[in-house]
Amino acid sequence: MIERKSDGEFVVVSCGMLGYGFPEASIDAAVAAGVDLIAADAGSSDPGAYYLGSGKPFVSEVMTRRDLRLLIKAGAEAGAPLVIGSAGGAGGDGQVDFLLRITREVLAELGLKRSIAVLRTELDKDVVREAIAGQRVQTFETFAPLSPDDVDEAVRIVAQVGCESYYPALRGKPDILIAGRAWDVANVAALPLLLGYPRGLALHMGKILECGSLAARPVAGSDLILGRLREDHFIVEPTDPAKSCTIASVSAHTFYEKTDPVMLAGPGGTVDLRGVAFDQIDPRRVRVTGSAFHAADTYTVKLEGARLDGHRHICIGGVRDPVFIRQLDDIQARVVERISEFQAGSVDPSAYSINFHRYGKDGVMGSWEPVRVPAHEVGLLIDVVAQTPELAEIVCAGARSVLLHVGFDGRKATAGNVAFPFSPADMPGGPVYSFNIYHLMEVDEPETMGRLEIAA
Amino acid sequence: MKVLADIAEVIRSKNAGPFVVTFDILFSNEADFTAVRTAGLVTRQAVAELYGVSENEMLGFDYYPFARAIKFSIRRPVGSGAPGDSDVYGAQQHAPLLDLPALP
Repeated sequence: MIERKSDGEFVVVSCGMLGYGFPEASIDAAVAAGVDLIAADAGSSDPGAYYLGSGKPFVSEVMTRRDLRLLIKAGAEAGAPLVIGSAGGAGGDGQVDFLLRITREVLAELGLKRSIAVLRTELDKDVVREAIAGQRVQTFETFAPLSPDDVDEAVRIVAQVGCESYYPALRGKPDILIAGRAWDVANVAALPLLLGYPRGLALHMGKILECGSLAARPVAGSDLILGRLREDHFIVEPTDPAKSCTIASVSAHTFYEKTDPVMLAGPGGTVDLRGVAFDQIDPRRVRVTGSAFHAADTYTVKLEGARLDGHRHICIGGVRDPVFIRQLDDIQARVVERISEFQAGSVDPSAYSINFHRYGKDGVMGSWEPVRVPAHEVGLLIDVVAQTPELAEIVCAGARSVLLHVGFDGRKATAGNVAFPFSPADMPGGPVYSFNIYHLMEVDEPETMGRLEIAA
Repeated sequence: MKVLADIAEVIRSKNAGPFVVTFDILFSNEADFTAVRTAGLVTRQAVAELYGVSENEMLGFDYYPFARAIKFSIRRPVGSGAPGDSDVYGAQQHAPLLDLPALP
């Protein structure tokens, strides 16, 4: 059985995104502080569904290897386990394999022997189909129920597991745990929870530490952050002596990337921050007390599934003609119409979509843009997504040439409507994925979520 | 008249999952936070109007004294990174808030 240290303190250093880099001095400072756990988040749903769908790693192998080498070395020096969640960006099996391979290579390079546990959280589609049939899937932020068709269409489905799913692996005391898709909080909080620390405090500390030094000031590049957990409070401090944690920086981070800053829902329940107090105990450190936890009636994990929407081809051009810019909405509609006319009989219009991103008009905010007066020049990004790469290329080329020569009211410039910076003007953008599954699945025994492997 | 950019320390937007963008307005001191709250210009309705969204698309709008902050969220018209999306991280949707009247 794992036991607490006699002084009652549990020290965690956290890396917000494996492969984003951190100063070497920061991990040295953490080792000097006597860390009990090195936690690293390696993924997010933030960059979109591409990484889940394609299986490609979100962070480059070179940078992943750099950070991993420093964390593995530090773990060996401090005698602390290294826990990494959401391997490879989205936490699919292939991305877990990617991280496992690099881990083994780094260990070989360093001449270290460290035990590795692997927790896979990619799901067999039948598991999800059975959950739908058993009415154990809840609608979440897509605001639409999950259908068996969604499951069929998904390229890959992962479960974002919570702390409990880490327990079986952690009980085996691995030196390194590599997990598939997981709640970012679990990397920090699972081990102290297993040691019996209070749930509200451990999870709240995990939430603050999971983005690394974003909870410290100045925010300058990515860095590590340190948490000291005790029975009745935790302390947040930066590893970099030049940085400080302030009440403002820590409480502001409690807000980050979630809709409700006071009730933080996660696997198994809700962290309740209504009674939280922040104290500045010295210029660099903040003490947090009062974080509570309410267990949910049913334990749920989030499912994430990616669907292939098609293949992208893009064209970038600029428009300076004021008459053209004034009529952009109309012209754009006419271009789309013309293309379907030209290609009638040879290309099915339902096999592709054309989006115009109009920088200088509403390219960044789309329908949310309150400023309705366009700039004096507009950047046009023609974005075609079609069933095949070839079709995307054909439609994109068609849209580009129609746009270049299309007539409009009051036109003086008859030679061409668009300035293209490149030749060729069009380029492929690869496959396009979206989250077609983003739902909650009820789980009876969270400890059995995921497939645990002990890697030699 | 003062706008939010004159008073707030942080005005930002960011994804809260792939289907929601959340907005934070943080103040550096209690007095500014309270003044804006009391003035009653920065409201759920004002924000919904600014972004041209319906009540239905707005998810929460509240003043949080413990963090001297205002927070609200909006459902995305298109999921992060899906065809037609314009801001994968949702990090550039804050700009109209800068000019929102906050104090008379």
